[in-house]
Parts: sequence; structure tokens; C-alpha cells
Amino acid sequence: MSVLGKVVRAGVGRRRVQTLVMGLTTMMAVTAAVLGGGLLAAADASFDQGFARQHGAHLTVQFDPAGTTDADLARTVHLPGVTAAAGPYPVLSLASDVGANTSRLPVGLHNPPMAFVARDGTGGPVDDLVLTSGRWVDGPGQVVLSDHNTPLGVGDRLTLPALPGAPALTVVGLARSVGQSADAWVTPAELAALTAPGAAPGREMLYRFAEAATNAQVGADRAALAAAVPPGSMTSAASYLPIKVTADKNTATFVPFVVAFAVIGLAMSVLIIGIVVSGAVGASTRRIGILKALGFTPEQVVRAYVGQALIPATAGTVLGLVLGNLAALPVLARAGEAFGAGVRPVAPWIDLAVAAGALAATAGTALVPALRAGRLRTVEALSVGRTPSAGRGRAVRQLLGRLPLPRAVSLGLAQPFARPGRSATMVAAVVLGSVGVTFGVGLAVSLNVVEDGMMRRYPGLVVAQPLPPIDGPAATHLPDAADLRAVAAKVAAQPGTGRSFTIGRSTVGVAGLAGPTTVVRYDGDSSWGAYRMVSGHWFDGPGQAVVASGFLQATGTHVGETITLTANGRGAPLRIVGEDFDMDESGMLIRTESASLAALDAEVDPMSAEFQIDLKPGTDLNGYLDALGASLKPNGFGPGSYRPPFNPTILSMDALAAMLTAMLVAVAGLGVLNTVLLDTRERVHDLGVYKALGMSPRQTVAMVLTSVAGIGLLAGAVGVPLGVALQRYVVPAMAQAANTRLPADALAVYHLPTLVALVLGGLVIATAGALLPAGWAARTRTATALRTE
Amino acid sequence: MSTPIITVRDVSKTYDEGPPALAGLDLEVRAGEALAVLGPSGSGKSTLLNLVAGLDKPSEGSVTVDGLRVDEMSEAGLARYRRDRIGMVFQFFNLLDDLTVEDNVLLPAQLAGMSRPVARRRAAELLERLGIDRHVRAFPGRLSGGERQRVAVARALMNRPALLLADEPTGALDSASAADVRELLTGLNADGQTIVLVTHDTALAQACASRTIELVDGRIARDVLRTAAAR
Ligand SMILES: Nc1ncnc2c1ncn2[C@@H]1O[C@H](COP(=O)(O)OP(=O)(O)O)[C@@H](O)[C@H]1O
Ligand SMILES: [Mg+2]
Repeated sequence: MSVLGKVVRAGVGRRRVQTLVMGLTTMMAVTAAVLGGGLLAAADASFDQGFARQHGAHLTVQFDPAGTTDADLARTVHLPGVTAAAGPYPVLSLASDVGANTSRLPVGLHNPPMAFVARDGTGGPVDDLVLTSGRWVDGPGQVVLSDHNTPLGVGDRLTLPALPGAPALTVVGLARSVGQSADAWVTPAELAALTAPGAAPGREMLYRFAEAATNAQVGADRAALAAAVPPGSMTSAASYLPIKVTADKNTATFVPFVVAFAVIGLAMSVLIIGIVVSGAVGASTRRIGILKALGFTPEQVVRAYVGQALIPATAGTVLGLVLGNLAALPVLARAGEAFGAGVRPVAPWIDLAVAAGALAATAGTALVPALRAGRLRTVEALSVGRTPSAGRGRAVRQLLGRLPLPRAVSLGLAQPFARPGRSATMVAAVVLGSVGVTFGVGLAVSLNVVEDGMMRRYPGLVVAQPLPPIDGPAATHLPDAADLRAVAAKVAAQPGTGRSFTIGRSTVGVAGLAGPTTVVRYDGDSSWGAYRMVSGHWFDGPGQAVVASGFLQATGTHVGETITLTANGRGAPLRIVGEDFDMDESGMLIRTESASLAALDAEVDPMSAEFQIDLKPGTDLNGYLDALGASLKPNGFGPGSYRPPFNPTILSMDALAAMLTAMLVAVAGLGVLNTVLLDTRERVHDLGVYKALGMSPRQTVAMVLTSVAGIGLLAGAVGVPLGVALQRYVVPAMAQAANTRLPADALAVYHLPTLVALVLGGLVIATAGALLPAGWAARTRTATALRTE
Repeated sequence: MSTPIITVRDVSKTYDEGPPALAGLDLEVRAGEALAVLGPSGSGKSTLLNLVAGLDKPSEGSVTVDGLRVDEMSEAGLARYRRDRIGMVFQFFNLLDDLTVEDNVLLPAQLAGMSRPVARRRAAELLERLGIDRHVRAFPGRLSGGERQRVAVARALMNRPALLLADEPTGALDSASAADVRELLTGLNADGQTIVLVTHDTALAQACASRTIELVDGRIARDVLRTAAAR
């Protein structure tokens, strides 16, 4: 090390604290940044890359064949804003059963209705399909299935029992449409053959637009299309955004809060590095003067100070990279599984960019005080410490001296006014720590409420569900409608049963919405199993329904409006009385009483039935499960207690937030420690005088602690509202990434006692940071201190 | 003869390196005495004063002041001792530059828990007696050296200490100011204040001391009791 470097370092005095603080704060910022960047990139990459490569459709639109002409559709292609279009493709929604297969599926299993599209090949200006296995259709009796979610493979067969002659199709390939434009593809001739007599296939058009990044933009595009064709002839228009959101959801929900922590962390590290380096310059001003008098150049001085900050910052960056990558792994692994892509680590360019950014920020921040040191005039530098500093804020300090407080306390309170600049930086460090804690606590409470909201899926301790057909349909009785009635009666009669209600699912259409939609129908009093509400209330009579945020968004409807469910050519109007917090099936479920659906005569899928059961107090769970299990087996049902102990996503969010909060608090405390240490060292002579006059160790500690108490309280008072604001901004952003809105109590998590405790938290951070220097001040040998003339 | 107020028994003080600053020193000081400690620079004068003030501990031997074993006290006990029994005056005044003259003088009383109004009455009295009452609201930086040292003496006397310790009280003063402080200390001793002062200033020793000792290499080389007439 250069002579200068040595002297500079010696001038900092006990530099272990400074080194630790700078290293730690950089580590914290880098960890959060790597995590944030990694998740952000992962969230965007998988869907967006595929979508761009395939020229995915922003809107998949179906037109009424009777209401539109070829000319109508051709006109839409040239609308302003449309950048590419494909179609029209004939499309049919068909029910099918599983036929002969090698995928271990029971023959005769009903598939959900699927959209069959007639298409000659995989290519095109929009929705350039990727064959993931097999080949494209080239003749009758062949079908290519979407590889999204189908359990069937190449060679398996489908039957279409509802059509005359119950035709069968052989799967010849699987293809991926990132925008999910169809469930199955056949040749145009095949589609014509599958069209029931008297029916006409719909016409599907695929569009890309110049502007389609947000729901609002896609909504505008949709409106422009609707206006260009005869009124009412556009039967559906599905946006790619819900698909993107679902694909990104896992990682995307993490991004807002991790980014928030990264931003706080970055601000903190710039601040701390600024404090530390300017403190070091201040403490060794005289040395700098002496060195310059001896012939050192300003450049050498600047380099030495910047280097002093860069060494611990580099160590912190390396540690932060390791920590950030480790923390990102479990989150990315889950996302990887969802895309069948395996574990993908954080992209190396993110590591590189974050490291370069962190080091540049450090060097830039250190440069400011270092340049000051370099510019310092030798004469001035040499005279520092000779003339006693004026001492600022005397009026305030005198006023504080008048207060009827113990003198040690009033001296401490006055202390921050002597060095207002330094006090301000300390306030800033504690503010950032306080923002972090407030935000972290709020986030944890919000997540808790959200987790509770997600647990509403399991309202009772016991759920009776259809038994899985483990040994094939022969050994297990597949329940039918009669079984459902029998099971309901048996559950009600079972000793130990408290409250219970039944849930079943039916597939229906919703006027104005493409494709089938699932309605969850309730029998019995479900008020005790109500979901948490975002707005409105749980249904309490027939004709009422609650839907989730996703549904309202997709249909453009609002609470209070009426929707019409359709099935079997009939309609049932339902008034939306509430928006529930329900993330199942992308928030597209409709929940209502069975009675609301009487007019539809829609079949309940017996395999979807669930009996939610609450036990009477004092009932033995295992005994109950055994008894009910034996009783329900002949009906193909079995009870279980499935309520999961925790949600893994929320658990890892909690852990991440706790880690980042702890790091922020530690850095804030160390920032205070560093500053108070510097202060105490500078005032060591005054401390000696105080002690010579009879100040006791306890009074010394009290003085040093009260010198930061005001700072801590002020910082708490500033930081807590900022933290609350941050929570108010970030938590809804997380919810939006998960395509839902939040129940009100998931946002309003701060109550007065919490807020008071959080404000005091600033005080705790500050005093904890000052404790060590306070003890040091109390222990300094007075004789030594007084010799420091 | 009264019992000694200071008893230093066989005291040695060695710092980390180098020869002992004090080597087997014995000393008794009686109430009402004004002891001047003379000697060349580095002979251990300040070290002796620091041991008596409890600012430092002897390596060997015992220091008893007013019946208290200063060398055995805890930090908190020493703080109380300094606050109640002794007052200190230094060469470079050691006033707190960002407190007013009055607040400097009030400090020892306030640290002892005296309420501000009571302490102010006592301070006003002292400042008047020492002739610096027109500077109460001033900051020490504005005062002359002699005035500053008067403030320091006022601060040292605030809690009516049994013992006044002064380390080179005229060392940083011009001759006029030095004479001023000399008179002040002489007057205080005449009123019965026990004083131990370390000085190079023979005029000060001549005027003020009832007894002088001379230290050389940490030992007492000379011990001279002076009659009142000789002063
Ligand atoms: N805190 C200390 N640490 C190390 N050595 C010291 C300390 N205080 C005094 N000394 C040494 O002890 C000796 C006596 O010093 P001191 O009592 O200050 O002398 P005087 O006041 O007579 O000039 C000197 O050699 C001095 O260097
Ligand atoms: Mg000396």
C-alpha cells in the first residue's frame, strides 16, 4: 500500500466499523438489486420472448358468421393501429371424450369443451405456431392439440360423442400457441365435417397492434375493432394480457417489493458511503495538509480516498452477488417448473450490471468528499483544529439548556445542533431504516391477510371430495348426481358434523365473454365459508353472485351490474353483489347459490363436488374422518383434512422481506454507530472536561444516547409515513401482478399502536447504533482525553 | 495540627513505556495549605495532580483525599468525588467554547443535580466575587486569557470543593493576566481554601504558596515550608 494510503487509513482511526458499514450496505443493496433484476428479467423473459418469436396475437377475436362478411373482416385488417392480422379461421367449440390412449387416462373421461380451429399450417404473420411434438394435420381424422395443459399425447384418440356418428380423431402432434389461440387444430375439411347439421362455425381473427402493452390499450384496440364491424357481430375478443399475467405471476408478484427494497438499499448505500468517506476526510484534514506540504499531489489524495471506499464496497458487492443469487434460486426454480424449463439461475449480465452499477455508485459517491480533500488548501488544512470551530445553533442549544431536564440530557439534546449537516445525514440513514422496517412490517401483515384470504378455499376443517380413481374406474365408483344427494344427507347425519355446505362446478357461458366459464355453485349456508371481499358482500340469496377481480376485468363489468349465464340455450341473469378475493383459475370463477342456476338446468360435474364441513367442538378429527370415510366410500367420496399449514410462495416472500428488512436496519444502525463514533472521537477533549467536572459514566452514556434520541424520533416520524406510503404503493402492485385486487384489510394494516411502535423503532435503531460509542465515551481515560490538546 | 487532607503513600506511576513518571512518592497536605509543586518539564507534576484528582490511577501506592481512597474508587465513585470534593483549573482553561460563561460555571452544580435557579444564585455570587459578572452571557472565546481563567476558577469553586487543584494556571497568560490570577488564588487561600498548584511560575509560587515542593524525575527533591511573613 502507498504511504498515502497508509496515512489516510490511519487517519480514520478505528476503521473496522467504517469498513463493515460500507461493506454491509453495499452487500444489502447488491443482494436486493440482483434479486430484483433477476426476478424481473425472468418474469419478463419467458412469456415475452416466446410471444415475440411467435408474433403472438394481442387479441383473439371471434365473429358471428351470420353477422359478418369477408369484406367486413378484410376491412379490420387495415384499421389504423393493426400491425398484423391472420384469419379468418373457422372455429367450433366441441365437447369430447378421451378415447384409446397410451397416456393412462380412463377411456370415456370427459374433456372440457375445446376450441377447434381449422388451419392449413403452423406459419403466418400472427401466431406462428411451434410444433412441440409430432407433425401438423394433413388429412381427415387428425388433430393437433395445444400442448398447454393437455394430458394427451401423440397417437392418443378423442371421440366426439355429441356429433352424428360419434366421430373420432387421432392426435398427430402437439403445438404451442403462446397466445393460446386454440385448444385443437384440424384441417378446414375436417372442421367442416365436424360441424353439426344446421350449425355454422364461428370466424376467428388474430390481430397484433401497434399499442397493446396495457389493459387500457388492448381495450381501445378491441373497441376499434367492434366499431368497424356490424354491431353485435363480434362475439368475443380475448386479450393476451391475462395469459401473460398468469405466466409471469409466480415471479412477477415478487418484483415490486424486491425492487422497493433495492431502491431503499441503493439510497442507503450512497448515503452511508458518503457519510463514511466525508467523515474520514474530515477526521484527517490536518494529515492531508501535512502530506500536501510534503509534496503529495491532489490526485494522489483523491485516489487514496476513493480506493478506501472501493475496497470494502467490492467485498460487499461480491457477497451481495452470492447472496442475491442464492435468494433468487428458490423463487426462480418455482417459475422454472411452471414453464417446464428447470432451474434457471439469474442471468450473468444482471450480475455484471449490478456489480458495475454498485461499484460506480460507490466511486461516484466517494469522489465528492475525496475531491474536497484533494482541493483542500494546504494552509487551511494545517490550521484546522487550531481555531476552535464557531459551534452552530447556539441559540437553540442555549434554549435547550434552560429546560428543566438533567444537564446530561439537555447537553445531549443540544448536540445535534452543533453539527447540523452531520445530524441530517444521520437522520437520513435512520429514515431509510425506518422506511424499511415500516414497509417490511406492513408487507408481512398484508401477506398474512392475503394468505388468510387464500385459505378461504378451505373454510372447514374437513372436506369430502370424490375419491381419486387410483385403480381405474372399475375399482372406484365414479359418483353421479344421485351420489351427491346421498353424500349430502350422510354428511348432515354424521355425528360430529357442525356446519356444512356443498360446492359443485358447472361449465357455462357468459354473455359477452368468449369460451366456457366455470360457475361454482353452493348448496347450504355458505356464509361461514365466505371469501374475503374486495368490495361488496357475499351473496345472500338466489340471483346474486360474487366474482373475482379477474372476471370483472375480463368482462369490463362492475359490482352492482347484472351478467347473464348461458347453458343449454337458456339464460340466467345474476347480479354481481361483491368482488371476492379469489385467485383460483385466474380469478375467473363465478360463485353463487345453486338456486340461482335453476333456470339453466346446467349439469354439475360430480367430480368437482366438495362438501365443506366444520366439526362440532370436541369432535375427534381422526374418529370422524374414519367413520365418515367408511360411510361415503360406496358413493365414491372420501373425507380429508387438507388445510395446508402455510403457503410456500408467501412463506418465501416473508423470508425475503425479513432478510432485506434486517439488513436495512443493521446498516442504518451501523450508519449511526459510525457517525456517533466519529463525533465522540472529535469531542474527546470536551468529554474529558465534563468528566473532570464530575460527569459520571452513566451521565456520559445518557448524554450520548440523548444526542441521537431526537434524531431517532424525528427519523421515525418521517420514515414511518414514507414506509406506509410505500406499502400502499407496492402491495397493490404485487396484487396487480397476480391479477387480483386486495381485500381492504390487506392494505389498511397499520393501526395506531403499530404506528407508535414503528416511530419508536427509529429511536431504537438510533440508540442501538449509539450504544457502543456511548460506552466508549464513558470509558475514555480523562487524563488521556485532556492531554489531547 | 489538623489531619492531612491529602495523603499520598509510596506512589509510583509508570506509563506503558519509559521511566516511571512518579517513583515512590510520599506526600501529606493539610487543610488550609497552599502547596506549589515545582520542577522541570516531564518531572511528574501533572501526573501527581491527576492522581489526586482521580483522573488516573497509581501503578503502586495509595492516594487518600478527605478520608477517601481515591485510587480504589469506581468510575462512578470518582465522578461523585470530583464533583463534590475538588475543583480543577487547567493551563488552557478547558472551558466549553459553545456554552456561555454562566453555563460553564453552572455545569458542575447541574451535574451534581442542583436545580438551575439555585445554581444560578450561587454562580452569580461567585462571578461577582471574581469580578467577571458582566460577562455572564458571553462565550469564552470572546474573553481575554485572564478573564477565561477567572471563569475556570469560578467553575472549579462552584460546588465549594474541599480542594482546589490548578495545573499551570498562569502558563498561558501574559504577565498582567498572570498577576491577576495570582492575586485571586492568594485571596482564596487567605480565605481558607486548600490549594495544590503545579507551576513553573516562581512569582506565583512566591506569592501564593504556604509550602513548595520540587519534583525531579518523579521524586521530591526539595520540600520547603514557608512562613506567612516570607510571602
Ligand atoms: N498519558 C501518558 N501516557 C504516557 N506517558 C505519559 C502520560 N502522561 C505523562 N506521561 C509521561 O510521564 C512523564 C511525566 O509527565 P507529566 O506528569 O506530564 O510531567 P510534567 O507535568 O511535570 O511536565 C513524562 O515523561 C510524560 O511523557
Ligand atoms: Mg504538566
